[in-house]
Amino acid sequence: MMKHELHEILRQHDFFKDLPEDDLLVISGCAKMVMIKAGEVLAREGSDANNFYVVRMGKLRIEQQAPAMKPQPIQTIGCGDVAGWSWLFPPYRWSFDVIALEDSRLICLDGACLRGKCENNHSLGYRVVKKFADVLRQRLHAASLQAMDVYAPRED
Amino acid sequence: MITTDVLAPVVATVREIQQETQDTFTLTLETPEPFNFKPGQFNMLYIPGAGEAAVSISGDVTQPHELIHTIREVGNVTRGLVALKPGDQLGVRGPFGRPWPMDVVDGRDVLVIAGGIGLAPLRPAVLALSAKRAEIGRLTVIYGARSPEDMLYAREFLGWKDAFVARATVDTASPSWRGNMGVVTKLISPVDFDPTRVIAMICGPEIMMRFAIRSLSALGVEDDRIFLSMERNMKCAAGICGHCQYGNYFVCKDGPVFDYDQVRKLFGVKEV
Repeated sequence: MMKHELHEILRQHDFFKDLPEDDLLVISGCAKMVMIKAGEVLAREGSDANNFYVVRMGKLRIEQQAPAMKPQPIQTIGCGDVAGWSWLFPPYRWSFDVIALEDSRLICLDGACLRGKCENNHSLGYRVVKKFADVLRQRLHAASLQAMDVYAPRED
Repeated sequence: MITTDVLAPVVATVREIQQETQDTFTLTLETPEPFNFKPGQFNMLYIPGAGEAAVSISGDVTQPHELIHTIREVGNVTRGLVALKPGDQLGVRGPFGRPWPMDVVDGRDVLVIAGGIGLAPLRPAVLALSAKRAEIGRLTVIYGARSPEDMLYAREFLGWKDAFVARATVDTASPSWRGNMGVVTKLISPVDFDPTRVIAMICGPEIMMRFAIRSLSALGVEDDRIFLSMERNMKCAAGICGHCQYGNYFVCKDGPVFDYDQVRKLFGVKEV
Protein backbone atom coordinates (compact mmCIF):
# COMPACT_ATOMS: atom_id res chain seq x y z
CA MET A 1 0.00 0.00 0.00
CA MET A 2 1.25 3.46 -0.90
CA LYS A 3 2.22 5.85 1.87
CA HIS A 4 -0.41 8.39 0.85
CA GLU A 5 -3.11 5.71 1.11
CA LEU A 6 -1.95 4.82 4.61
CA HIS A 7 -1.93 8.50 5.45
CA GLU A 8 -5.55 8.78 4.32
CA ILE A 9 -6.59 5.72 6.31
CA LEU A 10 -4.92 7.09 9.43
CA ARG A 11 -6.58 10.45 8.93
CA GLN A 12 -10.01 8.79 8.94
CA HIS A 13 -9.32 6.52 11.89
CA ASP A 14 -10.87 7.56 15.22
CA PHE A 15 -7.59 7.23 17.06
CA PHE A 16 -5.62 9.55 14.77
CA LYS A 17 -8.20 11.75 13.15
CA ASP A 18 -7.62 14.91 15.20
CA LEU A 19 -3.84 14.89 14.79
CA PRO A 20 -2.23 17.55 12.54
CA GLU A 21 -1.46 16.56 8.97
CA ASP A 22 2.28 16.77 9.62
CA ASP A 23 1.98 14.25 12.43
CA LEU A 24 -0.05 11.89 10.27
CA LEU A 25 2.57 12.05 7.53
CA VAL A 26 5.30 11.15 10.00
CA ILE A 27 3.26 8.40 11.65
CA SER A 28 2.24 6.84 8.34
CA GLY A 29 5.96 6.30 7.67
CA CYS A 30 5.90 3.78 10.55
CA ALA A 31 2.63 2.12 9.55
CA LYS A 32 1.59 -0.89 7.53
CA MET A 33 -1.69 -2.72 7.02
CA VAL A 34 -2.10 -6.20 8.45
CA MET A 35 -4.89 -8.77 8.52
CA ILE A 36 -5.35 -11.36 11.21
CA LYS A 37 -7.61 -14.40 11.26
CA ALA A 38 -10.02 -15.21 14.08
CA GLY A 39 -8.20 -17.19 16.75
CA GLU A 40 -4.74 -15.92 15.88
CA VAL A 41 -2.61 -14.46 18.64
CA LEU A 42 -1.48 -10.92 18.03
CA ALA A 43 0.62 -10.55 21.16
CA ARG A 44 1.75 -12.60 24.13
CA GLU A 45 2.36 -11.15 27.58
CA GLY A 46 6.09 -10.71 28.15
CA SER A 47 7.05 -10.85 24.47
CA ASP A 48 8.78 -7.92 22.80
CA ALA A 49 6.39 -5.05 22.24
CA ASN A 50 7.79 -3.84 18.97
CA ASN A 51 4.44 -2.70 17.60
CA PHE A 52 1.02 -1.46 18.45
CA TYR A 53 -2.15 -1.89 16.43
CA VAL A 54 -5.18 0.18 15.64
CA VAL A 55 -8.29 -1.69 14.63
CA ARG A 56 -9.97 -0.82 11.35
CA MET A 57 -12.38 -3.75 11.33
CA GLY A 58 -12.99 -6.80 13.47
CA LYS A 59 -12.71 -7.60 17.14
CA LEU A 60 -9.76 -8.35 19.42
CA ARG A 61 -9.74 -9.58 22.99
CA ILE A 62 -7.26 -8.54 25.66
CA GLU A 63 -6.53 -11.36 28.08
CA GLN A 64 -4.52 -11.89 31.22
CA GLN A 65 -2.75 -15.20 31.82
CA ALA A 66 -2.26 -16.66 35.28
CA PRO A 67 -0.64 -19.95 36.30
CA ALA A 68 -3.06 -22.86 36.72
CA MET A 69 -5.97 -20.73 35.51
CA LYS A 70 -7.74 -20.36 32.22
CA PRO A 71 -6.90 -17.15 30.37
CA GLN A 72 -8.94 -14.34 31.89
CA PRO A 73 -10.60 -12.12 29.26
CA ILE A 74 -10.47 -8.48 30.29
CA GLN A 75 -11.92 -6.47 27.47
CA THR A 76 -12.78 -6.64 23.80
CA ILE A 77 -11.78 -3.87 21.45
CA GLY A 78 -12.99 -3.08 17.97
CA CYS A 79 -13.07 -0.53 15.20
CA GLY A 80 -11.47 2.73 16.31
CA ASP A 81 -9.62 1.19 19.23
CA VAL A 82 -5.92 0.66 19.82
CA ALA A 83 -4.10 -2.42 21.13
CA GLY A 84 -0.75 -1.99 22.82
CA TRP A 85 0.95 0.71 24.85
CA SER A 86 4.00 -1.26 25.99
CA TRP A 87 6.00 -0.05 22.99
CA LEU A 88 6.17 3.31 24.80
CA PHE A 89 7.61 2.10 28.08
CA PRO A 90 10.85 0.20 28.78
CA PRO A 91 11.49 -2.69 28.75
CA TYR A 92 9.00 -2.75 25.83
CA ARG A 93 7.24 -6.02 26.61
CA TRP A 94 3.54 -6.74 26.16
CA SER A 95 1.53 -6.55 29.38
CA PHE A 96 -1.34 -8.74 28.13
CA ASP A 97 -2.20 -11.29 25.50
CA VAL A 98 -4.16 -10.04 22.51
CA ILE A 99 -6.24 -12.54 20.52
CA ALA A 100 -8.36 -11.98 17.40
CA LEU A 101 -12.00 -12.95 18.03
CA GLU A 102 -12.92 -12.19 14.43
CA ASP A 103 -11.04 -11.81 11.17
CA SER A 104 -9.65 -8.32 11.63
CA ARG A 105 -8.02 -5.56 9.61
CA LEU A 106 -5.46 -3.61 11.55
CA ILE A 107 -2.89 -0.90 11.10
CA CYS A 108 0.40 -2.03 12.58
CA LEU A 109 2.63 0.76 13.86
CA ASP A 110 6.32 0.12 14.33
CA GLY A 111 6.92 1.19 17.94
CA ALA A 112 10.69 1.68 17.66
CA CYS A 113 10.22 3.77 14.51
CA LEU A 114 7.61 5.98 16.15
CA ARG A 115 9.54 6.27 19.41
CA GLY A 116 12.52 7.56 17.45
CA LYS A 117 10.38 10.13 15.67
CA CYS A 118 8.82 11.22 18.95
CA GLU A 119 12.27 11.64 20.52
CA ASN A 120 13.32 13.83 17.60
CA ASN A 121 10.11 15.84 17.63
CA HIS A 122 8.80 16.38 21.13
CA SER A 123 5.65 18.16 19.94
CA LEU A 124 4.72 15.02 18.03
CA GLY A 125 5.76 12.94 21.04
CA TYR A 126 3.57 14.98 23.37
CA ARG A 127 0.53 14.54 21.14
CA VAL A 128 1.14 10.80 20.77
CA VAL A 129 1.65 10.33 24.50
CA LYS A 130 -1.54 12.31 25.17
CA LYS A 131 -3.39 9.91 22.88
CA PHE A 132 -2.07 6.92 24.77
CA ALA A 133 -2.68 8.55 28.13
CA ASP A 134 -6.32 8.83 27.12
CA VAL A 135 -6.41 5.14 26.17
CA LEU A 136 -4.87 4.28 29.54
CA ARG A 137 -7.37 6.54 31.32
CA GLN A 138 -10.30 4.86 29.61
CA ARG A 139 -8.98 1.34 30.23
CA LEU A 140 -8.31 2.10 33.89
CA HIS A 141 -11.75 3.55 34.27
CA ALA A 142 -13.36 0.56 32.54
CA ALA A 143 -11.35 -1.91 34.61
CA SER A 144 -12.35 -0.20 37.85
CA LEU A 145 -16.04 -0.27 36.91
CA GLN A 146 -15.80 -3.93 35.94
CA ALA A 147 -14.05 -4.69 39.23
CA MET A 148 -16.84 -2.91 41.15
CA ASP A 149 -19.27 -5.54 39.86
CA VAL A 150 -21.98 -2.90 39.53
CA TYR A 151 -24.64 -5.34 38.28
CA ALA A 152 -24.33 -7.63 41.31
CA PRO A 153 -27.55 -8.13 43.31
CA ARG A 154 -28.13 -5.73 46.19
CA GLU A 155 -30.29 -6.77 49.16
CA ASP A 156 -33.70 -5.07 49.05
CA MET B 1 -55.85 1.19 36.27
CA ILE B 2 -57.83 -1.72 37.62
CA THR B 3 -58.71 -0.22 40.97
CA THR B 4 -59.66 3.23 42.16
CA ASP B 5 -58.05 2.69 45.56
CA VAL B 6 -54.27 2.83 45.22
CA LEU B 7 -53.80 1.16 48.57
CA ALA B 8 -56.05 -1.84 47.90
CA PRO B 9 -54.50 -4.71 45.97
CA VAL B 10 -56.35 -6.84 43.46
CA VAL B 11 -55.80 -10.57 43.42
CA ALA B 12 -53.73 -11.91 40.55
CA THR B 13 -53.02 -15.51 39.66
CA VAL B 14 -49.65 -16.85 38.60
CA ARG B 15 -49.85 -18.30 35.11
CA GLU B 16 -46.18 -19.00 34.46
CA ILE B 17 -42.76 -18.62 36.02
CA GLN B 18 -39.77 -18.60 33.73
CA GLN B 19 -36.21 -18.64 34.97
CA GLU B 20 -34.17 -15.96 33.20
CA THR B 21 -30.86 -16.31 35.03
CA GLN B 22 -29.63 -18.00 38.17
CA ASP B 23 -31.31 -15.42 40.43
CA THR B 24 -33.86 -13.77 38.15
CA PHE B 25 -37.33 -14.95 37.16
CA THR B 26 -40.09 -13.68 34.95
CA LEU B 27 -43.54 -13.98 36.47
CA THR B 28 -46.58 -13.93 34.21
CA LEU B 29 -49.80 -13.07 36.04
CA GLU B 30 -53.46 -13.05 35.14
CA THR B 31 -55.71 -10.35 36.57
CA PRO B 32 -59.50 -10.33 36.77
CA GLU B 33 -59.65 -7.48 34.26
CA PRO B 34 -57.24 -6.29 31.53
CA PHE B 35 -54.32 -4.51 33.15
CA ASN B 36 -53.44 -1.38 31.22
CA PHE B 37 -50.11 0.29 31.90
CA LYS B 38 -47.45 2.44 30.26
CA PRO B 39 -43.81 1.47 29.65
CA GLY B 40 -41.70 2.28 32.68
CA GLN B 41 -44.45 1.99 35.29
CA PHE B 42 -44.29 -0.37 38.24
CA ASN B 43 -46.58 -2.39 40.49
CA MET B 44 -46.49 -3.26 44.15
CA LEU B 45 -46.58 -7.04 44.46
CA TYR B 46 -47.89 -8.33 47.76
CA ILE B 47 -47.38 -11.68 49.39
CA PRO B 48 -49.37 -12.09 52.62
CA GLY B 49 -47.01 -12.60 55.51
CA ALA B 50 -43.96 -11.49 53.55
CA GLY B 51 -44.86 -7.98 52.50
CA GLU B 52 -44.81 -5.86 49.37
CA ALA B 53 -42.13 -5.08 46.82
CA ALA B 54 -42.08 -2.54 44.02
CA VAL B 55 -41.44 -4.33 40.74
CA SER B 56 -41.27 -2.79 37.27
CA ILE B 57 -43.70 -4.06 34.68
CA SER B 58 -41.77 -5.87 31.94
CA GLY B 59 -44.55 -6.87 29.60
CA ASP B 60 -46.02 -5.64 26.37
CA VAL B 61 -48.51 -2.76 26.67
CA THR B 62 -50.54 -4.28 23.83
CA GLN B 63 -51.08 -7.46 25.85
CA PRO B 64 -53.10 -6.26 28.87
CA HIS B 65 -54.30 -9.79 29.62
CA GLU B 66 -50.88 -10.88 30.78
CA LEU B 67 -49.06 -8.94 33.43
CA ILE B 68 -45.34 -9.62 33.34
CA HIS B 69 -42.70 -8.83 35.94
CA THR B 70 -39.05 -9.80 35.91
CA ILE B 71 -37.81 -10.20 39.45
CA ARG B 72 -34.39 -10.69 40.94
CA GLU B 73 -34.29 -12.69 44.14
CA VAL B 74 -32.61 -10.34 46.59
CA GLY B 75 -34.78 -10.14 49.72
CA ASN B 76 -37.66 -11.66 51.67
CA VAL B 77 -40.47 -10.50 49.40
CA THR B 78 -38.71 -11.29 46.15
CA ARG B 79 -37.70 -14.68 47.55
CA GLY B 80 -41.40 -15.26 48.23
CA LEU B 81 -42.31 -14.13 44.72
CA VAL B 82 -39.94 -16.50 42.98
CA ALA B 83 -41.18 -19.37 45.15
CA LEU B 84 -44.70 -18.97 43.70
CA LYS B 85 -46.10 -21.67 41.46
CA PRO B 86 -48.65 -21.56 38.63
CA GLY B 87 -52.09 -21.17 40.15
CA ASP B 88 -50.84 -19.36 43.28
CA GLN B 89 -52.31 -15.98 44.06
CA LEU B 90 -50.79 -12.68 45.14
CA GLY B 91 -51.85 -9.07 45.55
CA VAL B 92 -51.11 -6.40 42.94
CA ARG B 93 -51.37 -2.64 43.35
CA GLY B 94 -50.70 -0.39 40.43
CA PRO B 95 -49.69 0.64 37.90
CA PHE B 96 -47.75 3.50 39.43
CA GLY B 97 -45.33 6.16 38.38
CA ARG B 98 -44.25 8.35 35.53
CA PRO B 99 -43.57 6.28 32.39
CA TRP B 100 -40.89 6.53 29.73
CA PRO B 101 -41.53 9.53 27.45
CA MET B 102 -43.14 7.64 24.58
CA ASP B 103 -45.00 10.81 23.58
CA VAL B 104 -41.84 12.63 22.44
CA VAL B 105 -40.10 9.94 20.36
CA ASP B 106 -41.88 10.41 17.05
CA GLY B 107 -39.44 11.41 14.33
CA ARG B 108 -36.43 11.05 16.61
CA ASP B 109 -33.65 8.54 17.05
CA VAL B 110 -34.03 6.62 20.30
CA LEU B 111 -31.15 5.19 22.31
CA VAL B 112 -31.96 2.71 25.07
CA ILE B 113 -29.18 1.94 27.54
CA ALA B 114 -29.75 -0.81 30.08
CA GLY B 115 -27.55 -2.30 32.75
CA GLY B 116 -28.21 -5.58 34.55
CA ILE B 117 -31.78 -5.94 35.83
CA GLY B 118 -32.38 -2.43 34.40
CA LEU B 119 -33.40 -4.04 31.13
CA ALA B 120 -36.65 -5.19 32.78
CA PRO B 121 -38.30 -1.75 33.07
CA LEU B 122 -37.01 -0.86 29.61
CA ARG B 123 -38.39 -3.95 27.88
CA PRO B 124 -41.94 -2.51 27.50
CA ALA B 125 -40.42 0.62 25.96
CA VAL B 126 -38.29 -1.42 23.55
CA LEU B 127 -41.32 -3.47 22.51
CA ALA B 128 -43.42 -0.34 22.02
CA LEU B 129 -40.65 1.45 20.10
CA SER B 130 -40.07 -1.61 17.95
CA ALA B 131 -43.79 -1.67 17.12
CA LYS B 132 -43.71 1.94 15.94
CA ARG B 133 -40.47 1.82 13.97
CA ALA B 134 -42.05 3.66 11.06
CA GLU B 135 -42.78 6.66 13.25
CA ILE B 136 -39.40 7.02 14.90
CA GLY B 137 -35.84 7.40 13.63
CA ARG B 138 -33.15 4.86 14.40
CA LEU B 139 -33.63 2.59 17.39
CA THR B 140 -30.55 1.40 19.26
CA VAL B 141 -30.52 -0.79 22.35
CA ILE B 142 -27.33 -1.16 24.37
CA TYR B 143 -27.18 -3.62 27.22
CA GLY B 144 -24.51 -4.32 29.81
CA ALA B 145 -24.68 -7.41 32.00
CA ARG B 146 -22.55 -8.96 34.67
CA SER B 147 -21.77 -12.06 32.60
CA PRO B 148 -23.26 -13.92 29.61
CA GLU B 149 -25.19 -16.10 32.08
CA ASP B 150 -26.73 -12.98 33.66
CA MET B 151 -28.19 -11.57 30.46
CA LEU B 152 -31.96 -11.11 30.60
CA TYR B 153 -34.24 -12.05 27.72
CA ALA B 154 -31.23 -13.56 25.93
CA ARG B 155 -33.21 -15.25 23.15
CA GLU B 156 -35.42 -12.22 22.60
CA PHE B 157 -32.34 -10.00 22.43
CA LEU B 158 -31.10 -12.03 19.45
CA GLY B 159 -34.35 -11.18 17.68
CA TRP B 160 -33.87 -7.51 18.50
CA LYS B 161 -30.49 -7.66 16.76
CA ASP B 162 -32.28 -8.66 13.56
CA ALA B 163 -34.82 -5.85 13.85
CA PHE B 164 -32.67 -2.88 14.94
CA VAL B 165 -29.25 -2.10 16.38
CA ALA B 166 -28.90 -4.07 19.60
CA ARG B 167 -25.53 -4.61 21.27
CA ALA B 168 -24.58 -6.27 24.49
CA THR B 169 -21.45 -6.42 26.57
CA VAL B 170 -20.51 -8.19 29.78
CA ASP B 171 -18.16 -7.41 32.65
CA THR B 172 -16.78 -10.92 33.02
CA ALA B 173 -16.81 -14.03 30.86
CA SER B 174 -15.05 -17.28 30.24
CA PRO B 175 -12.67 -17.57 27.28
CA SER B 176 -15.42 -19.31 25.29
CA TRP B 177 -17.46 -16.05 25.16
CA ARG B 178 -17.13 -14.50 21.69
CA GLY B 179 -19.18 -11.38 22.37
CA ASN B 180 -18.24 -7.97 23.67
CA MET B 181 -16.59 -7.51 27.02
CA GLY B 182 -16.18 -4.21 28.83
CA VAL B 183 -18.26 -1.33 30.13
CA VAL B 184 -21.58 -0.54 28.53
CA THR B 185 -20.58 3.03 27.70
CA LYS B 186 -18.03 1.62 25.24
CA LEU B 187 -20.95 0.61 23.02
CA ILE B 188 -22.33 4.15 22.74
CA SER B 189 -21.53 5.33 19.25
CA PRO B 190 -22.67 8.54 17.54
CA VAL B 191 -22.86 6.48 14.34
CA ASP B 192 -26.14 5.11 15.68
CA PHE B 193 -27.98 8.35 16.41
CA ASP B 194 -28.10 12.08 15.91
CA PRO B 195 -26.91 13.55 19.23
CA THR B 196 -28.80 16.78 18.58
CA ARG B 197 -32.17 15.02 18.39
CA VAL B 198 -31.87 11.65 20.10
CA ILE B 199 -34.03 10.63 23.05
CA ALA B 200 -32.02 8.50 25.49
CA MET B 201 -33.65 6.16 28.01
CA ILE B 202 -31.37 4.71 30.66
CA CYS B 203 -31.91 2.26 33.48
CA GLY B 204 -29.33 0.46 35.56
CA PRO B 205 -27.14 0.95 38.61
CA GLU B 206 -26.72 4.66 39.31
CA ILE B 207 -23.00 4.57 38.73
CA MET B 208 -23.58 3.06 35.31
CA MET B 209 -26.19 5.70 34.51
CA ARG B 210 -23.79 8.42 35.66
CA PHE B 211 -21.12 7.32 33.21
CA ALA B 212 -23.64 6.78 30.43
CA ILE B 213 -24.85 10.37 30.94
CA ARG B 214 -21.26 11.59 30.86
CA SER B 215 -20.70 9.84 27.52
CA LEU B 216 -23.92 11.22 26.08
CA SER B 217 -23.16 14.74 27.28
CA ALA B 218 -19.72 14.54 25.68
CA LEU B 219 -21.45 13.76 22.39
CA GLY B 220 -23.76 16.77 22.77
CA VAL B 221 -26.95 15.12 24.00
CA GLU B 222 -28.82 17.69 26.09
CA ASP B 223 -29.91 16.89 29.63
CA ASP B 224 -33.63 17.24 28.93
CA ARG B 225 -33.44 14.49 26.29
CA ILE B 226 -31.85 12.01 28.69
CA PHE B 227 -34.39 10.03 30.74
CA LEU B 228 -33.53 7.83 33.72
CA SER B 229 -35.46 5.36 35.79
CA MET B 230 -34.49 5.81 39.43
CA GLU B 231 -34.76 3.17 42.09
CA ARG B 232 -35.51 3.97 45.71
CA ASN B 233 -37.16 2.17 48.60
CA MET B 234 -40.80 2.45 47.53
CA LYS B 235 -43.38 1.45 50.12
CA CYS B 236 -46.77 3.12 49.66
CA ALA B 237 -46.34 3.91 45.94
CA ALA B 238 -48.73 6.82 46.38
CA GLY B 239 -46.44 9.62 47.50
CA ILE B 240 -47.66 9.40 51.08
CA CYS B 241 -45.11 7.60 53.23
CA GLY B 242 -41.94 9.37 52.10
CA HIS B 243 -39.74 6.27 52.02
CA CYS B 244 -38.70 6.95 48.44
CA GLN B 245 -38.01 10.65 48.88
CA TYR B 246 -35.35 11.85 46.47
CA GLY B 247 -34.63 15.51 47.07
CA ASN B 248 -37.88 17.31 46.33
CA TYR B 249 -39.37 14.27 44.68
CA PHE B 250 -41.05 11.05 45.64
CA VAL B 251 -39.74 8.47 43.23
CA CYS B 252 -42.97 6.46 43.37
CA LYS B 253 -45.14 9.39 42.30
CA ASP B 254 -42.86 11.87 40.50
CA GLY B 255 -40.76 9.09 38.95
CA PRO B 256 -39.49 6.48 38.58
CA VAL B 257 -38.68 8.05 35.21
CA PHE B 258 -37.11 11.50 35.40
CA ASP B 259 -35.43 13.60 32.80
CA TYR B 260 -31.84 14.29 33.75
CA ASP B 261 -32.49 18.01 33.85
CA GLN B 262 -34.77 17.39 36.86
CA VAL B 263 -32.36 15.32 38.91
CA ARG B 264 -28.93 16.49 37.77
CA LYS B 265 -28.17 18.20 41.10
CA LEU B 266 -29.21 15.15 43.09
CA PHE B 267 -27.54 12.61 40.89
CA GLY B 268 -24.59 10.90 42.48
CA VAL B 269 -25.06 12.68 45.82
CA LYS B 270 -24.24 9.98 48.37
CA GLU B 271 -26.71 11.15 51.00
CA VAL B 272 -29.77 11.34 48.73
